[in-house]
Amino acid sequence: MDETKKTEQQESTHKIGIYLWIWGLLFVLSFFSYMVDWYNFQGMLRWSLILFFMFLKAGLIMAFFMHLFWERYALVNVLLWPMTAIVCFVALMVAEGQYTLFSRIFYFFVG
Amino acid sequence: MSDPKIDGFELKPGFKGMASDTGSDQTMFKGVHWGKAMMWIFLLSDTFVFSCFLISYMKGRASTPVDWPIPSEVFALHVGGVPVPLLLIAIMTFVLITSSGTMALAVKYGYEKNKKMCGWLVLATAIGGLTFVGMQVFEWSKLIHEGVRPWGNPFGAAQFGSFFFMITGFHGFHVSIGVIFLFIYAYKIFAGHYDGEGKRGWFTTMRSDYVEIEILGLYWHFVDLVWVFIFAFFYLW
Repeated sequence: MDETKKTEQQESTHKIGIYLWIWGLLFVLSFFSYMVDWYNFQGMLRWSLILFFMFLKAGLIMAFFMHLFWERYALVNVLLWPMTAIVCFVALMVAEGQYTLFSRIFYFFVG
Repeated sequence: MSDPKIDGFELKPGFKGMASDTGSDQTMFKGVHWGKAMMWIFLLSDTFVFSCFLISYMKGRASTPVDWPIPSEVFALHVGGVPVPLLLIAIMTFVLITSSGTMALAVKYGYEKNKKMCGWLVLATAIGGLTFVGMQVFEWSKLIHEGVRPWGNPFGAAQFGSFFFMITGFHGFHVSIGVIFLFIYAYKIFAGHYDGEGKRGWFTTMRSDYVEIEILGLYWHFVDLVWVFIFAFFYLW
């Protein structure tokens, strides 16, 4: 145990530059996503920009701050595949939400 | 961390490595401290909880025929009589990212056994988290003062309040718990629990190790990660 601990610790320290770069990038990306609201973009442009900056920020945090970039695939895949399944859940609920809205409008106003 | 050495077992890279790690009849996560693996499993389950909240918010918002309150007006802050959209939320976002950065550096200095830097950075992270919670309290009290309730609000669809208080409240609860633990670990670092062999814990016979700072860091980065999604879906959308 002690042996593996030592090798693990030596390899765990990365150059400080990586962290500072990611830190700076996160600031810039947050600033950009705030600008999306500031300039009041609408429609597909707004949604695609919001999602783009969101996934980029989330990816940077997970990959470098949470060290997933340096982990073995056994751990990375155990984490990322269940998270991918959430996307299916989102898609299902988008369809369900549209159907609920349709039936509400139909039965409230048309009868 | 990357490619650890394990006696009597050949570590292969990539997906082949994943297959042989998983089928090795040994521990599956090679070179990963058990505490770190358990924290990841906890964070995965927490991801599902937050996903359920955000998905129910999405469904609630998509299925109401009433107009949804416009976030950039509801969360605007008046500076000298001029409404600035999402000002407080933007500041909160930057504070949380700053504390995430200090945490990442604290983990790095912890592994380098730099006690002073690690301790101060963990303390800075805790203060950042405390600032965040303080601003969230301000935001909540402002909205409650304006008449936002879980069952209705003067701006639009009645569901807005319940989703807002549930999602940001659950996130704020995570931040608060994180802040408590950050203060505890700042104390542990300065008190020298990680010096030399490592002090035995209060509730365990295992020795303290700087890997605990990385585990704490995983939790803290996760709180920041969730905020990225809340910021995008609740405040910007």
